[in-house]
Amino acid sequence: MHRSLSLEGGDAMDVVLLSRLQFAATTMFHFLFVPLTLGLSILVAWMETRYARTGDETYLRMTKFWGKLFLINFAVGVVTGITLEFQFGTNWSQYSAYVGDIFGSLLAIEATAAFFLESTFIGIWIFGWKRLSAKVHAGVMWMVAIAGNVSAIWILIANAWMQHPVGYTLRESFGGQRAEITDFMAVITQKFAWLTIMHTLAASIVLACFFVMGISAWHLLKKQHEEIFTRSFRMALVPGLIFSLFVAIQGDFHAVDVAHTQPAKMAAMEFHWETQPSAPSYVFAWPDPEGEKNSIEIGRIPGLLSFLIHHDFSTPVIGLKDIPKDERPPIALVGMAFRVMVGLGAYFIFACALGFFFRNRLMEKPWYLKMMLFSIPLPYIATQAGWLVTEVGRQPWIVYGLMKTTDAVSPVSGGQVLTSLIAFVVVYGLLGLAGFTMIAKKAMKGPDLPKAEA
Amino acid sequence: MELQVIWFFLWGLLWAAFFMTDGFDLGVGTLYPFLGRDETDKRKMINAIGPLWDGNEVWLITAGGVTFAAFPLVYATMFSSLYTPLMFILFGLIIRGVSFEFRGLSESALWKKTWDVSIFVGSFVPALLFGVAFANIFMGLPIDGKGILHGNLLTLLNPYGIMGGLLFVLLFMQHGALWLCIRTGEDLQVRAIRTVRMLWPIVLVVLAVFVVASAFYTDLFANYLATPILFAVPVLAVCAFIGVRILLGKARYFAAWGMSAAGIVATTFFGVIGLFPNLFPSSLDPAYSLSAMNASSSPLTLTIMLWVVAFLVPLVIAYQAWAYYTFRFKVEKEDFTY
Repeated sequence: MHRSLSLEGGDAMDVVLLSRLQFAATTMFHFLFVPLTLGLSILVAWMETRYARTGDETYLRMTKFWGKLFLINFAVGVVTGITLEFQFGTNWSQYSAYVGDIFGSLLAIEATAAFFLESTFIGIWIFGWKRLSAKVHAGVMWMVAIAGNVSAIWILIANAWMQHPVGYTLRESFGGQRAEITDFMAVITQKFAWLTIMHTLAASIVLACFFVMGISAWHLLKKQHEEIFTRSFRMALVPGLIFSLFVAIQGDFHAVDVAHTQPAKMAAMEFHWETQPSAPSYVFAWPDPEGEKNSIEIGRIPGLLSFLIHHDFSTPVIGLKDIPKDERPPIALVGMAFRVMVGLGAYFIFACALGFFFRNRLMEKPWYLKMMLFSIPLPYIATQAGWLVTEVGRQPWIVYGLMKTTDAVSPVSGGQVLTSLIAFVVVYGLLGLAGFTMIAKKAMKGPDLPKAEA
Repeated sequence: MELQVIWFFLWGLLWAAFFMTDGFDLGVGTLYPFLGRDETDKRKMINAIGPLWDGNEVWLITAGGVTFAAFPLVYATMFSSLYTPLMFILFGLIIRGVSFEFRGLSESALWKKTWDVSIFVGSFVPALLFGVAFANIFMGLPIDGKGILHGNLLTLLNPYGIMGGLLFVLLFMQHGALWLCIRTGEDLQVRAIRTVRMLWPIVLVVLAVFVVASAFYTDLFANYLATPILFAVPVLAVCAFIGVRILLGKARYFAAWGMSAAGIVATTFFGVIGLFPNLFPSSLDPAYSLSAMNASSSPLTLTIMLWVVAFLVPLVIAYQAWAYYTFRFKVEKEDFTY
């Protein structure tokens, strides 16, 4: 009786559009801060562990310097995450009623199993310098790092269920149809989820490594704090190289899986219209959705798409024409975002490999340091692009194949959503400005002087 | 059936845990402009709650998450129909949350003032609106059979709703002032003690008026009249608050704060018991009310979540207790982190 409501009046489309804009804005803004939190927490915990083991003051100064930047970033990440937990209810109430049995449980488990741990231990870490031994204090940072990453795992399991629903049945309950859980283990162990998890967590480490290398490069270029920043740069270089390679190789497995689970998304990623054997891939293309073709095609490589997906040049790949028009995602955005992500991913491997050759003579390669300084924003762009591929590529479905986004919104007025959307843009804009300005300010100020010189 | 009943009370318990823990943080934030006379006082207040507020706030996330998991229809209807007040709460919590970290990052007077205001607004507004929202839930909202609210923000600002808001703000301020009695010394502690003394009679009067008004505005008492033993809960609340004053007089601040925590839990449960089995009653027609019985998740989900909660919540309580224990000392200047 409480569900399957149809929205009256011409307001409905506006509410859908505004709600989508609001969700995209708040999620993407939140995701500007999440990857650094995930990756940098591990690096800081590692630095502090080295300090706890060796007693080397330099590691302590590194921990405090990178820890401060971590905390500013963390503060914005946490507060913008709170909104998301409630936005499913405020703006997507029909979705919430439909999937709460499964999706709601995953969010509740995330809060209980991980977010509590992360939030409690970060407080202990910030305030516990004088109250805990060096080893316990480093252990507390490890708890923060582990809890943050476990938190991301649960969120991505929930997201994966929207992408590829498993372990459920559709049932009539309380006067409406909804998805109910039948196999919890299937939900939390499904391949789609773990491919996404590995991809996202590894990309987060890459982002954090580029952040550390970029800021270190700035100080090395100015020839200041050489000891600390050479060490920091090298500490980030090795995981940066390993994980940028990992993201690329693992991303290939992920794409193959997407081709099978979400053929529409894959077709959009590749601007692929005709179901055909020896399906081609393009370096660049621009779609003409009305004419059901590409208006621009550059760098056609025949058979490459077939090969990437089926590891065989001739096997056909489903094209967009075989997907009903009202089930196709926005092609241009998905395809472009995919190219940006892949292109940058390749650059990250190149940049880290280069750094590996220069690792013992960084100071002699100012051009490389400059390149790394200007590379700081690139992993941010890559992770946002990846998020766009995943989420926009899922459209027009909110739960792939089960529920359309247009059927998922709350019965609220367009005016309410417009007001909150404007408020989010203004408040988040100011927060982002303040947050990034402060991170830049503290990063440029450099670490505190060692005790002896202070 | 039993599962739904268990989850109903767990739902109440998680909200109570949020009010009991983050309640003192919100209270300290509300008192901040009044008790924080100079920079040292302000920093003492921030450092008094600094290590704990973040972990405390997760009780809210968990209460919200559990509403989603155990009662999806309630989550969907409650949060969409309370759209505007919930947005105010969220924006409040957002600016409060960054304030503690941001405030210390620059010495500019305007910068500090901005975050000082944010700490107050971001504490006072959520405290007030949680009270307004829960009082309205106790009363029932004009929700139709499709879960659509026939009203707006002004519908919520009725006398009983405002009284609920006022009660929450006062309870949290008292709770926060008691926390300052524990964690601060000297002049600030003296003023915190004076604040509790001043607030205490007002809290009791407003609580009494609220309980009496509940008889007129709500159906909360139906369950109590059917099972009179339940009256023990509001009586416990009153006893706990009397205990607050006695223990304060004996300078036993931690025990007094504990009594205040117990009083907040009992006050929350006064409402939760009265609501049972409804989670979100409709004032238009009882048939539209969402209850533990007609809005829950499947038995399998409720069972899985019960195991999750049974294993994890005791663990959460254990490490949070360690955090509280670690930060039980009085904040001195040399301890300042923010």
